[in-house]
Amino acid sequence: MVRTPLDWPVLRQLRGPDVLGRGPAARSRDTEELTPRTKTADRVVGSVCPYCAVGCAQRVFVKDEKVVQIEGDPDSPVNRGRLCPKGSASKNLVTSPLRQQTIRYRAPYATEWQELDLGTAMEMVADRVVKARNDTWQDIDEKNRRVRRTLGIASLGGATLDNEENYLIKKLFTAMGAIQIENQARI
Amino acid sequence: MIQGSNMAEAHPVGFQWVMEAKARGAKVIHVDPRFTRTSALADQFVPIRVGTDIAFLGGVINHVLQNELDFREYVVAYTNAATILSEDFQDTDDLDGLFSGFDPETRTYDPASWQYADAGQKQEGQGRQQHEEQRETASALQHETHGLNVEGDPPRDPTLQHPRCVYQVLKRHYSRYTPELVERVCGVSQEEFLEVCRAWTEASGRERTTALVYSVGWTQHSVGVQYIRTGAILQLLLGNMGRPGGGIMALRGHASIQGSTDIPTLFNILPGYLPMPNANQHESFQDWIDSVRHPGSKGFWDNAGAYAVNLLKAYWGDAATADNDFCFDYLPRITGDHGTYRTVMDMIDGKVKGYFLLGQNPAVGSAHGRAQRLGMANLDWLVVRDLFEIESATFWKNSPEVETGEIVPEECRTEVFLFPAASHVEKEGTFTQTQRMLQWRTKAVEPPGDARSELWFFYHLGRMVRERLADSTEERDRPLLDLAWDYPLHGEHDEPSAEAVLKEINGYEVATGRPLSSFTEMKDDGSTLGGCWIYTGVYADGVNQAARRKPGREQSYVAPEWGWAWPANRRNLYNRASADPDGNPWSERKRLVWWDPDKGENGEWTGDDVPDFERTKPPTYRPDEGQGGIAAIAGNDPFIMQGDGKGSLFVPQGLIDGPLPTHYEPVESPFRNVLYGQQANPTRKEYDRDDNPMNPSPPELHSDVYPFVFTTSRLTEHHTAGGMSRYLQYLAELQPEMFVEVSPALAAERGLQHGGWCHVVTSRAAIEGRVLVTERLRPLRVDGRTVHTVWLPYHWGSGGFVTGDSANDLLGIALDPNVLIQESKVGTCDVLPGRRPRGRAVLDLVASYKERSGVDVDPGTPIVTVGPDADVHDHRDPVMRKEDGDP
Repeated sequence: MVRTPLDWPVLRQLRGPDVLGRGPAARSRDTEELTPRTKTADRVVGSVCPYCAVGCAQRVFVKDEKVVQIEGDPDSPVNRGRLCPKGSASKNLVTSPLRQQTIRYRAPYATEWQELDLGTAMEMVADRVVKARNDTWQDIDEKNRRVRRTLGIASLGGATLDNEENYLIKKLFTAMGAIQIENQARI
Repeated sequence: MIQGSNMAEAHPVGFQWVMEAKARGAKVIHVDPRFTRTSALADQFVPIRVGTDIAFLGGVINHVLQNELDFREYVVAYTNAATILSEDFQDTDDLDGLFSGFDPETRTYDPASWQYADAGQKQEGQGRQQHEEQRETASALQHETHGLNVEGDPPRDPTLQHPRCVYQVLKRHYSRYTPELVERVCGVSQEEFLEVCRAWTEASGRERTTALVYSVGWTQHSVGVQYIRTGAILQLLLGNMGRPGGGIMALRGHASIQGSTDIPTLFNILPGYLPMPNANQHESFQDWIDSVRHPGSKGFWDNAGAYAVNLLKAYWGDAATADNDFCFDYLPRITGDHGTYRTVMDMIDGKVKGYFLLGQNPAVGSAHGRAQRLGMANLDWLVVRDLFEIESATFWKNSPEVETGEIVPEECRTEVFLFPAASHVEKEGTFTQTQRMLQWRTKAVEPPGDARSELWFFYHLGRMVRERLADSTEERDRPLLDLAWDYPLHGEHDEPSAEAVLKEINGYEVATGRPLSSFTEMKDDGSTLGGCWIYTGVYADGVNQAARRKPGREQSYVAPEWGWAWPANRRNLYNRASADPDGNPWSERKRLVWWDPDKGENGEWTGDDVPDFERTKPPTYRPDEGQGGIAAIAGNDPFIMQGDGKGSLFVPQGLIDGPLPTHYEPVESPFRNVLYGQQANPTRKEYDRDDNPMNPSPPELHSDVYPFVFTTSRLTEHHTAGGMSRYLQYLAELQPEMFVEVSPALAAERGLQHGGWCHVVTSRAAIEGRVLVTERLRPLRVDGRTVHTVWLPYHWGSGGFVTGDSANDLLGIALDPNVLIQESKVGTCDVLPGRRPRGRAVLDLVASYKERSGVDVDPGTPIVTVGPDADVHDHRDPVMRKEDGDP
């Protein structure tokens, strides 16, 4: 667009009704042309804040398969659209430049990470689980009690995960005989 | 009443409702060691010495009982106040801080003498052995939901005059918790204390209710469970339980920490609070079921057999049949303490091969960070699944122990896999929030790169492990090979269907696949299956009820059509108590659920919430003698999970450390317990090891080496161990640096400059931070002398945009005996100006303190400090030591 001298803010202010320059006269064209990301999003999905346990509902705005904004859901009877500083920053949680996107592997006695592809890493972990389980298996314990378990594999975590995930985790570890399964709820 | 919680800063959006209440005339009181934003917005702020809340609340109970301010009609009808106790019961006043039945050798109680009068007396000693085992297995976590086992009808005195009725016992127990004592122990002036008593009692009763809020400021103590119990006693006495605007609100700190308790990733329970079978107690399927349902006793756990069969059937599908006890034998057995802290000690001792960390960062977030990291440095392999490169993944190259040379990368054998995880918007599933409400999240985008959900990781790990064992004939591999592990997959990464898992959790008819609507539909013959009975109904009618999002403004204030709350979409537990014994609301302005005699055929319970009572059981219903199970609960007994249908003021079973909350000092304290000879919780769980030293406390000598009390908590802008906040630009910028908050008086005493550096020393570690001098912390006058409190946030570590020392490194490991939670809200320390020494010199500093305090000779503290067997550490006596290291 072509700018004319009449667009100078001071002239706009004097010509228009906003003589104090606190309303339309002070708005630049750039401001006028701004559109909120929430308006141009391809879709909006319902989510829940991942931080504390208040359970604030979120609206996640997606454009071109990227998260462009996360806001509180005004429909929620819990948070009525509000989010705290952490919840408001949760788009940054998803898009932070520090986020890991590949596997990092540290060999025994190594001083640095190396890269590993996902398939290989999964195979290696599966091998290690089977071996650790076999090496530490107990049909009976030292007091001759039937225990059918392993004390060689432990796990910590779950309070930040979904119910469905915790369900599969406990189900698999229990079938495996691993019992030292814990999460933040103990702590 | 907000106590043990900084709600405005740690749960800010929930706090808007406190402010709404305040705007409508509610009085808000905040009791806390530190003045916070919660205090700033409260009508009254009461500073209290850390670790003395039972003394404070015990004082309020005493005030209520001495002045007969309890809601008498409620107390007589709905609590066990009238129940008469065994004449063998002896209280802490008789035994200097111990209850009857204590054995100093094992530090456990035989609870036989705590029982109701005329209850079948258990064989002497049997109870003690059970308590030892219950402490090891944190079994109070089960009792929490399993409730009391009451057989027969124990004698009651509704006039509450019988000297052995619970009411009178309670009155005697707390009679020494006077305003003078509260002042002496807690550092709270009598005036401030009595103002709290007045406000709490005036806002309770028929027309008014008071809500009580706590957080980990209450739980993370060696007497954590008894803190909550004290609050529960008060709320029952004042008639605030099960009523609108009343109750006890536990504010939990992680998005699904309630869910990970209900569907536990915890060692001692299975989904729906069924116990993990114990090799000592549950030899047969029937033993296991009976340990939950207590045949012949009353209440809703009578159906435990069906819940257990449905779980086993969900786990092992077709392989689980009535003939093989539904594969009960496939469950591994626990035999003692397999909790996270025990496991860390086992890692240090080389007993654990592999460790999974799933969105948790113990190097920063768990007590005794050094033990956590040394444990991880002694594994064969470690799998970390997280969004970021957290400290628990980098302990081998960047940690305090690498700095001191205790971990040398070239000598550290642990193989580490760091898998990127999907974030909350990159997968679908449910979180259960702090009021038991499940909310479904829709997936917004695909996770980036190799990031995957936990659902993906564990489904495929299970698949691969099963493939490796496919040809096995080993009996031990049957549970894996027979596992029902067939979930529909979708998308380019073969993501399992979270909705299919939710349907399995909910339960369905095996033959038809029809989802169950309620756990009352669960059968014990294998014709139905369901992974977590308390969640049954979340998928009723084949509809994902957790995904409901009817706007709050379009429904009642209870908002029953937003998400789904367990059990049965009930939003207020025990809400039968909101009506009087006859079924009418206690008052019009406090009505929630009531009996409508004109509804249905013969009347029904109705109201704003889903009634927490059998819908058609009238208030006039009385069980016949000898009836058991649900039928034994009378129409005027609202606490339906308890064996007597009553709220427990006195708890005869289920607690390791006593039937009544009693003030004990924290494990680390500068003060002698002024109430009893017994200093701290005599039944607490401790790991007495050289690598887990505890600072000395009276009656031991040298507690003055660590003269100050410290406590830790959260900032609004960070989240627990920082794994979800220090790696974000905005949050890192808002709270960029570790700091140590002190009062002007302590700053003057130790020469600390505001904005400068200081370091904090315990027998575990020395850490540094910037000094924040503020009057938010006040020196308190306790037992005739001044005590200073130091406050630290615990969010920092070596990773992320902003780095700093970890406050949890300061802590040792001492646990509550009921649930094995650590005492991380209180410890003792010294504070020095300037930065801490670097490299090995920091170890020397810690060692010099240990030498001066005698901790180098014996890392433990005396636990039983009363009676002929009192455990006194003579060798810490300077006369007994060849060299006294004291300056």
